Order: sequence, then C-alpha cells, then structure tokens
Amino acid sequence: MKRKKPWLIASPFVAAVLAILAWAGFAPVSVPSREELFEIPKGTYARRMAGDKVEILPSRIRLTLGLNDVLFLRNLDDVPQVFGPTIMMPGQSFRLPFEKAAEYQFACTAHASGQMTVVVEPEPVMPWAKIHWRVREWWENR
Amino acid sequence: MRRFVAPLLLGIAGLANAAAPGSSESLKAGVLTPVMAAPALKLAGSDGKPLDLQRFRGKVVLLAFGFSNCGEVCPITLATLAGARKKLGADAASVQVVYVTVDPERDDAAQMRKFLGNFDPTFIGGVGTRAEIDAAQKSFGISSTKKVNADGSYTIGHSSSIYMIDRAGGLRAVMPYGHPADDFVHDLKILLRP
Repeated sequence: MKRKKPWLIASPFVAAVLAILAWAGFAPVSVPSREELFEIPKGTYARRMAGDKVEILPSRIRLTLGLNDVLFLRNLDDVPQVFGPTIMMPGQSFRLPFEKAAEYQFACTAHASGQMTVVVEPEPVMPWAKIHWRVREWWENR
Repeated sequence: MRRFVAPLLLGIAGLANAAAPGSSESLKAGVLTPVMAAPALKLAGSDGKPLDLQRFRGKVVLLAFGFSNCGEVCPITLATLAGARKKLGADAASVQVVYVTVDPERDDAAQMRKFLGNFDPTFIGGVGTRAEIDAAQKSFGISSTKKVNADGSYTIGHSSSIYMIDRAGGLRAVMPYGHPADDFVHDLKILLRP
C-alpha cells in the first residue's frame, strides 16, 4: 500500500486557512448599524439611591471609526441623567458621533463610579487590522 | 422594473432627508431627541441686562460654562467660538455666545466682560450668586470641582461641552470639548436654516 505524502494530506487544510485569512484580511468589514445603542433603564436612579451598585451600562465602550462610530444613549429612567457632555431628560435620547480615534472620559450618573470611558479606534483598513478586528469581535460575542 | 423603482425611491427619500432644513442627523455635535426647551437661566448678564435665554429667541445660542481664571479649557473654547463666528460672516449676527461662570466668587459682570471681550465683544457672560450659579449648573448637568493649590490659590475643573440652543429655544445639540471651529460652522449653518 502506497503511503500518501504528508504535504498532500496537509495541503487542503493549509489552503482552507489561507482562504479564511484572505477573506478576513481583504473582505470589507461591516456591522449591522453605525449606532451603538445603550439604554438607561427605568428605575436606575431609585436603585442607586437604595445602595445598589450594580453596573447597568458597561464602564468601557469600544467603538470603531467607519463601522460603529455613533454612541446612541436612551434615558428610560424617570429622572434626568447626565452623560458626559449633556443632561438627558426622561425619555430623551442622545446621539453622539465620533470622528477621531481617541479615548474619551465622560461623567455618567448611570454608573456607580460616575465615570464612563469610550474608546474610539481607527477604522480597520489594512488586512492585519481587519483580521484582528474580526477575531476580537468573534471572541467577544462568542 | 419594480426591483429598480423601490431602491430609487428610497435613495431619493434619503437625499431629501439629508437635505432637510435643520436636519439633526448631519450635525457634528451630539443630538438630543426629542428636542425639549432649554432649561431657563435666571442670571445677570455681563452686558448689564438680566440674562434669560428668552432674550435670544430668533438666534442660535451657544452656551457654555467656565471661569475667567481658567488657563486651559476656557481660552481654547472661547477662541474656537470666536473663530467660528468670524467664519460665519454675516450669519454671525444670528449667533449668540453665552458663557456662564462657575466661579461666582471671583467673576462679576465687569470681570466676565473684560475676559470675554478678549475673544469677541459680542459674547455675554452669565454671573450671579453661588446659589444662582449652582441652580444653572444643575439644570444643565454641569459639574465643577474646586482644586486648591499649595499657595492657597485655586482652579476649577468643570464640564466643558457647548450647548447648542436653536432659534426657538430648544436644546438641540451638545458639542463636546475639542471640536474645531469648522465643526461649529458646519452645525450652525444647519441650525440657522429657516
């Protein structure tokens, strides 16, 4: 019986990995919406006043220019909430677009710490950046 | 044929929406929806008149908080707003900058008038008692923290956003600190549309 050469066995897998890398590196990256929505639920202020320190919003939000670079906050609570640059009345929304990659620190009354960080990353343009972006998205949403 | 008509209509609708007068979607600033009336201000103006936002109906008001001894944020903000007004040309007459002090112990009307006049003589400062300033800060969600230096002098860390109030007195948008004058010009041209 003739034994198959190892490279013949491995070549389909190598081809598959290269194809996946090529797709991940060159295919356009996309997200369902440019807006990253976060809601401050009804009763947040009351829970805070009762000593509940549970975090309702993430203390760190990551956005990517050209993909999801708009922060969309909705205040469903019964009281005004301060988010960074503004005060939001009950029922009001705040749509904040970002155009520069940077780390932004905001005051936020919906957080027990009173602080919120928004990290805006550059658009993944180069193949390696696209691969990195896809892997991280997959890892964080798995 | 039908499959071409629907996207075409959607495209036309999208273009119409983008060009709609006062469209909030295209602002560089953060947009508040639904638009609600800006909180009332009951302060004294550096121009010697009572400072009430009702005074400026028909104009777009850029409202910010700061203090005359500020060495970092306020000079940059005020220079940016002055630059934006210059770039607007004749439209600048329909834009009013209001700068409310967070340091009422040191900033009176004369001090604010002198400070703001370094940037643009049309800027109006808001001054008042500590209680009046606290009330104004609270209504706009402005925080400020006094930091005392070793020599006893102090500075104040404060919210640095600029509120954009439309001609009808609605609080439309908030520009975070750090945007260039061109971004203000862009948004003001939208907000000034009839």
